[in-house]
Amino acid sequence: MIINVARKELKSMFASPMGWVILALLMFSFGTYYLNGVNDYFAVMSGAMRPAERTGVTQFVGQNVYGFASFMVLFAVPLLSMRLVSEERRSQTLPFLFSAPLSLTEIVLGKFLGLVAFLSILVVYIGAMLSTLNIWADIDFGFIVANSIGLLLMVASFSALGLYFSSITQQPVVAAILTFIALFALMFLDRFFAGDPSNTLASLSLTRHFQSFAGGLIDTADIAYFALFIASFLTLTVRRLDADRLRG
Amino acid sequence: MNDFTVEAIGLTRLYGGREAVSNVSFNLSKGQVLGFLGPNGAGKSTTMKMLTGNLAPSNGSVKICGIDMMENPKEAKALIGYLPEMRPLYKELTVDEYLTIAARLHRVSGAHIKKAIDLAKERCGLSHMSKRLIENLSNGYQQRVGIAQAIIHNPMVVILDEPTVGLDPIQIRDIRSLIREVGSERSVIISTHILPEVEMVCDHVQIIDKGKLVFNGAIDVLKKQRIGNKLLIAMNKPPKAAELLKIAGVEEAESVSDQLMRVRFADGATPAEAIVQVAVAKGWGLYQIGPDQTSLEDVFVQLTYQEQEAA
Repeated sequence: MIINVARKELKSMFASPMGWVILALLMFSFGTYYLNGVNDYFAVMSGAMRPAERTGVTQFVGQNVYGFASFMVLFAVPLLSMRLVSEERRSQTLPFLFSAPLSLTEIVLGKFLGLVAFLSILVVYIGAMLSTLNIWADIDFGFIVANSIGLLLMVASFSALGLYFSSITQQPVVAAILTFIALFALMFLDRFFAGDPSNTLASLSLTRHFQSFAGGLIDTADIAYFALFIASFLTLTVRRLDADRLRG
Repeated sequence: MNDFTVEAIGLTRLYGGREAVSNVSFNLSKGQVLGFLGPNGAGKSTTMKMLTGNLAPSNGSVKICGIDMMENPKEAKALIGYLPEMRPLYKELTVDEYLTIAARLHRVSGAHIKKAIDLAKERCGLSHMSKRLIENLSNGYQQRVGIAQAIIHNPMVVILDEPTVGLDPIQIRDIRSLIREVGSERSVIISTHILPEVEMVCDHVQIIDKGKLVFNGAIDVLKKQRIGNKLLIAMNKPPKAAELLKIAGVEEAESVSDQLMRVRFADGATPAEAIVQVAVAKGWGLYQIGPDQTSLEDVFVQLTYQEQEAA
């Protein structure tokens, strides 16, 4: 049943130009970064005399692309998540889901998985793009896998937050702005506490938890952070929709 | 165990202290079509939302085929097909895509989806619209898609909130016959404020006003209330009322306009023939005589008005 809701979301996403445009633009920009990364690699490495200054091609290009991707999804996710609930609320299609034999949890999980499935196209695309380096070089697949998992978890967290903000308003644009502000704050929270890295608030930052993945390390503490983040916002969304049913 | 398909027990819904629906109870059996009547804001849609589990009642409970909507919402909802007042259509999809989603979400098994969609489209006259975007369909066709999604899983109870709004007369006739067809084997609840429609399709009527049931019964009872004991007579040269009163059985006579007179007769009396004979004999120039029916509208107004007086 969750799958059916997710399929419905995917269908809606691909039925409007929005999904295609965002996919196309993001893939174009990732491609450009990848190309620049490969070009720069030779320029930078030929200047690096000592062996300690040299990094592998996977790490050099990968960091370039994944760093940029984790920044770009900050703009892409609010645009995609904003319509999930608010649009249904505005065009009064929510009763269609509410009167189907589905629990609220199934509806919310379905919508969440639908969006994550859509965004994972990007993650897979980046992974495949970087793997093409293997034709000329001997690349570090572990690095790509860790980064992909990190990016996927981050995108899923963004989606959960976006879904929640979409559920509290009728206006998709309001949802997008709220999501963007909240994500922006969470991303750059650690910058505000740059002088005091041990601050508790700084460790709430999403970027900080992405950093270990970016370095090729899969840390269970970070996975737990993302999982909790997602679970919290999905629970809040379920509660928000339940309030609709109770208060009308 | 009884075989009620819908049981509403003391449904009450408060909106900030104000009772939108108060203590509404009724039962519906298989093969019945129930018409929900009421002025605007009477609580028809609120009641329907509670019946379909879209709104939690403040008090009372709903059972669909014996399954409690509060305790087992998923099982109960699987037995209902619902078309809300605002059609819940995803306008960016085609008719086929939309109905496929509706069928899947209502647990139609994969192998039967195509058959279910074809049947629903055929019943609602949508077969030639399969590949069209819902957005591009006319109002009437969109309404048909709404009805199609409500009957796609062949539910035990079909609940339609104002199903014939925005349809042309031929479509209305089709939809009414569809409602009767579905109602012959399942249960249907429709809400409307087109009163003749109720008479045409429903076996049971409920009139709801200010959240309270003011009438609940078979359509025949309402019909009987309509056809009273009055005659309407049109004459070119109408006589004085006193002359009509001389005719056996006539209890009251009043002139309605220049040429029209209304005559009330005693229960069981049939003075029509006598009136015609007298009229011919005296040269009143009679050209029309017929029963004076109180329209359903009048009955409706009476019922809702009585309630206001009592309150």
